[in-house]
Amino acid sequence: MSVVFPFCPCLGMHSSDDPWYDALASGWGESDGTEAPEAGPPVAGDVYLEVQRSAAFREVRRRYRRFVVPAVVVFLSWYVAYVVAATTAPELMARPVAGAVNVAMVAGLGQFLTTFLLTWAYARHARLRRDRAALELRWETQELTRVAQGGVG
Amino acid sequence: MTSEHQRLALLLFGVFVAVTLAITTWVSRNRRGSAEEFYAGGRLFTPMENGFAIAGDYMSAASFLGISGLIALFGYDGLLYSVGFLVAWLLVLFLVAELVRNCGRFTLADVVAARMNERPVRIAAGTSSVTVSVLYLVAQMVGAGTLVALLLGGEGEAARAWTVIGVGALMVIYVSLGGMRATTWIQIVKSVLLLGGTIALTVLVLLRFHGDFDQLLLTAAERSGHGEAFLAPGLKYGGDWTARLDFISLGLALVLGTAGLPHILSRFYTVPTARAARRSVVWAIGLIGGFYLMTIVLGFGAAAIVGPEAVRGSNAAGNTAVPLLALDLGGGADTTGGTVLFAVVAAIAFATILAVVAGITLSSSASVAHDLYASLRRRPAGPRSEVAVARVAAVGIGVVAIGLGLLARDLNVAFLVGLAFAVAASANLPVLLYSLFWRDFTTRGAVWAVYGGLIPAVALVVLSPVVSGSPESLFPDVDFQYFPLQNPGLVSIPLGFVAGWLGTVTSAEAPDAAKHAETEVRSLTGAGAV
Repeated sequence: MSVVFPFCPCLGMHSSDDPWYDALASGWGESDGTEAPEAGPPVAGDVYLEVQRSAAFREVRRRYRRFVVPAVVVFLSWYVAYVVAATTAPELMARPVAGAVNVAMVAGLGQFLTTFLLTWAYARHARLRRDRAALELRWETQELTRVAQGGVG
Repeated sequence: MTSEHQRLALLLFGVFVAVTLAITTWVSRNRRGSAEEFYAGGRLFTPMENGFAIAGDYMSAASFLGISGLIALFGYDGLLYSVGFLVAWLLVLFLVAELVRNCGRFTLADVVAARMNERPVRIAAGTSSVTVSVLYLVAQMVGAGTLVALLLGGEGEAARAWTVIGVGALMVIYVSLGGMRATTWIQIVKSVLLLGGTIALTVLVLLRFHGDFDQLLLTAAERSGHGEAFLAPGLKYGGDWTARLDFISLGLALVLGTAGLPHILSRFYTVPTARAARRSVVWAIGLIGGFYLMTIVLGFGAAAIVGPEAVRGSNAAGNTAVPLLALDLGGGADTTGGTVLFAVVAAIAFATILAVVAGITLSSSASVAHDLYASLRRRPAGPRSEVAVARVAAVGIGVVAIGLGLLARDLNVAFLVGLAFAVAASANLPVLLYSLFWRDFTTRGAVWAVYGGLIPAVALVVLSPVVSGSPESLFPDVDFQYFPLQNPGLVSIPLGFVAGWLGTVTSAEAPDAAKHAETEVRSLTGAGAV
């Protein structure tokens, strides 16, 4: 995809934690146009198709899905299991664990705990594994769209 | 309730109204007209500010008063609400917040319409958004009326009606003059007040039991008269199978509905980037989770300190458990401490209702102006005239909500909120998820997904025991009840997903691969985001 991404240094080029602010400082999107695709500018609508097929985008999408799909399956099944258990197996839920605390109380507080943990894990995963690559794709896509629309190249 | 309580509570509430009106005039002093400004507050809020505002939009009086009251009366079964309301945010965080921020401009319909034949999709999504908002709005108005009636003692019929009208008038002023910027600041102020009040009461409850949560639970169980059963599920929803299915239905609606609430979706547009939208949700989850954990302490605290009998004696639905708890924690009915704490809690509850109402009105006026009006008129409207329409729409929605709030004043607040969640999960969530993730989704699929969830959800409610056929119904004298459950979610949410799938596979139109590529690339990278 070197034709589509002529200036794609891709992952791991900055060291700061926050690529959004880096990007503002480093002057992305101010290409002088000499790096436009050689095969002539594509139509604006095709830019997105090309980006969608590119390896860099597929990698971002893969990373997003590989976290989100299992996480959604896990938390939804855990929640549904909790609700169904509370309505169909109250005897199990009433079993004491320690003092006045029973299984139901542990499960309820467990829902709070897993929600906080998954939130933290998702935010960390997105920050470390997705943000930088997505941001680079963003500027590249916008640049290609601008060229395709016949803007100042 | 003595006149002392009333006077102090009204004074504090008056201060809140004055401060929020001052905020409204202050933030709207030089900024008039632009759609970006009115719907999205200029998109320059920080993640922390937006996180507080999201929490403010979400923690309604139904949570503060309703959940604690349910726990005080039914023990563990009230806690199930807290769990559902919080877990729902994972769906928002994982699948909705960032992608919606990247693809849309102001409303839910923006995200869907970008891929589709714009007009029918916008009309469908706009209609369902307004329906959800109005249901949610009526719930809050009814809550405000109930609270005032309780505060002013006796029947207070006239006071109740005037409160509903007054709350409606205030929200119209906030929204039509201040737009998103004023609404957001009101949410932030309200969040801080609500969290501050909740933390103070929680600390007082725990101090009363010397920090021993176990002792708190044991005392609550003992005083409830149910013993151990008070701490396990089943007191409220453990009856026959209808009641149990009803609870599962409610549980589904709670966890799937949040991601389809229009006033929550519109909050993601007030920050500059998807990354900021994600960080706002992380803030919101922290604040909301902490808040619901504290409502558990307050609920069991009210059961242990006030006692379910006294709570039920004041309000059969348990809505006054927290104010009564505050009265006791402050030192009792005849002490200054008790009076002050009671008045503070009542004023916070008012502020909560007012802020939530303003947030919903703003997002529904956006749906009316940006989706319905812009699609239904022949010539395209300029952004300025669209904002003018939105301001007028805020007045119109205010009038409708006041009218319905007066009519529905005897309906249960928690039920109305559950219904709004069920409609949001049935009509808005399927179309949103299909648009973001399904390559072959078509215009017909989108339209069918919205109406296929919206119409069954509303129809099943009309045919449910809530509306007719039982002594507690809206119309107890007639009987056209054919659907046994109070909450339609269990049936209508799957119907919304099935209708969207059916509409897509029977559609003559070929799915547009380029449009799907655009949505997918934009949603994950933020290219071209405004």
